Amino acid sequence: MTERTIAVNYLARVEGEGALRVRIRDRTVEEVELRIFEPPRFFEAFLRGRAYAEAPDVTARICGICPVAYQMSACHAMERALGIRVDGTLRDLRRLLYCGEWIESHALHIYLLHAPDFLGYPDAIQLARDHPEAVRRGLALKKAGNSIMRVLGGREIHPINVRVGGFYRCPGPEELADLRGSVEHALSLAEETVRFVAGFDFPAVEEDYEFVALRHPEEYPFNEGRIESSAGLSIDAEEYESAFEEFQVAHSNALQSVRKGGGSYLVGPMARYALNGDRLTPRARGVAREVGLENVVRNPFRSVIVRAVEVVFACEEALRIIDRYRMPERPWVDAPAVDRPVHGAAATEAPRGLLYHRYELDAGGAIRTARIVAPTSQNQKRIEDDLRHLVARSLDLDEPALTAACEHAIRNHDPCISCATHFLSLDLVRE
Amino acid sequence: MTDRTRPRLGVFKFASCDGCQLTLLDCEDELLAVADRFDLADFREASSATLDGPYDLALVEGSITTPSDRDRIVEIRAHAKTLVTIGACATSGGIQALRNFADVEEFTRVVYARPEFIRTLATSTAIRDHVAVDFELRGCPIDKRQLLEVISAYLGGRAPDVPTESVCVECKRRGHVCVIVAHGTPCLGPVTQTGCGAICPGFHRGCYGCFGPQDTPNAASLVAHLGPLGMDRPSAARVFRTFNAMAPAFRAAADAAAEPPP
Repeated sequence: MTERTIAVNYLARVEGEGALRVRIRDRTVEEVELRIFEPPRFFEAFLRGRAYAEAPDVTARICGICPVAYQMSACHAMERALGIRVDGTLRDLRRLLYCGEWIESHALHIYLLHAPDFLGYPDAIQLARDHPEAVRRGLALKKAGNSIMRVLGGREIHPINVRVGGFYRCPGPEELADLRGSVEHALSLAEETVRFVAGFDFPAVEEDYEFVALRHPEEYPFNEGRIESSAGLSIDAEEYESAFEEFQVAHSNALQSVRKGGGSYLVGPMARYALNGDRLTPRARGVAREVGLENVVRNPFRSVIVRAVEVVFACEEALRIIDRYRMPERPWVDAPAVDRPVHGAAATEAPRGLLYHRYELDAGGAIRTARIVAPTSQNQKRIEDDLRHLVARSLDLDEPALTAACEHAIRNHDPCISCATHFLSLDLVRE
Repeated sequence: MTDRTRPRLGVFKFASCDGCQLTLLDCEDELLAVADRFDLADFREASSATLDGPYDLALVEGSITTPSDRDRIVEIRAHAKTLVTIGACATSGGIQALRNFADVEEFTRVVYARPEFIRTLATSTAIRDHVAVDFELRGCPIDKRQLLEVISAYLGGRAPDVPTESVCVECKRRGHVCVIVAHGTPCLGPVTQTGCGAICPGFHRGCYGCFGPQDTPNAASLVAHLGPLGMDRPSAARVFRTFNAMAPAFRAAADAAAEPPP
């Protein structure tokens, strides 16, 4: 009887602190644990008693990579609790801000975190020594996304201009017009990115995913839509907790999520693309077709292409919004005073996938309970499933090669451990 | 590639949102130039390659919230010639320091069904509370220009030029209209350290104190002025007790605001 353990004690090129432990006995994978040791920060607990208006800025601090997602899910959940709707140009500006975050976050992941796996480098800095034009392209793309965040949000990380009901100040038409050149350039860089990543070597793998994402009647989803799945689920965010459940495992500080009565599922770019490919913009669809991207991607390694296609989409969508922008009369919609206990739930599409928030407010408008389910919590169990399959078909690899393959497979899903804790290091036991 | 003539840079994370170390990756125009001046010895968010210490410059993000992190920071300090903390979590415990005002066991029960699996300290504390710190860079998140200034100053062998005056000074310099005077909007600018670029007033919003107290704040006096602007005392207590709740001047202001008025 032989036992092997593969252990990565601190996963690199992911956001936050996690580890991986795999135990193999007699060529059977006995245990795969994505261990999230990122310290818990207790956001849901200390939100209690705070005014509803504070939730967007407080929850933004869950994640420095996707603060806009937290601000958006918090705003929408509160607006549903308050019975207000944000439409027209203000709604467009929210989509524009989300475009900025997707471009910035996806460019970071594609070039600085994921490309080094495909090209055999420990990081983008060393990648830049041999492929300077590629890394410069990634940084220029990232910068264009950050420019949107800065103009519309005030800063790249933890933007200050988002509030329940809209914004504190709407940009002048000239401020958005100034963005146009850099976003237009970013669109061509994004198309080059799709061609660049489509040239990577991909192992021939197919996983049987249940994809979960928002679906909107007209749009590729950011802020609104029904929560749908490739297995036929279609629910409103208010019904989220009847369809999904979170549970705690001993090896992780992040709760794991499953379909009620079912198993793991996947949120994020692959899910959004599988369920919403028909809603992509013309150039995004065109370049996906040009590189031969299948309509439903089940090879997790090819998620990098999907992410790049989404960057093309986000650039086109940003240009569309910039071009038709007329400064609204008021930067926000007023909310009525809260005079009875109310509650509201909403889900929006963070770069890494569906982000669910639900709040109950007391009769004075203070938060009584808060519930936040991050994309990485939802993907955690599905990432373990991917790893179990990867290890089972790679048993003949030596330790370093198997470890590297596992880390690559984790990065396919761009896990954000900071988000999930409420996540990773590989510890492989071969028995 | 290592070159012993170049200083070794380590970037370390404790309890945090990753935003402050991301600020380094957000220096899109300068990142490759900065990387050229250092051997990247340890920067897990960006690289799977690590070099042994000692580190010439250690940038530390996040606060101390677990028993193992309490030991890890001592270890890092022992191997770091210059240690700079980056951001509100590392300099004042961050938003997770709100647990310091609550029952952390009760907090754990709110978030986790099996609290016994969770190893955490009752407090979230600044790095300075555990080891000597050579320089503290403020902000939730830090400002990228200030981070580049700290790195340039290190390379030049000089002290960083990071002002400790109030947001008000920056606001005037930028020609923003004062949101208190012109719009009656409650603002923590008078007691908050500059460095952000006075962005909130620039967006017609009151400063919410994410850079922590300026060097000579009179926060108790500001509390008295916030009331007439429509910020009641519980709200004032909460605004001081958010991203820099453990910074002494903000803590005192929050305590004063939480008391009934004199």
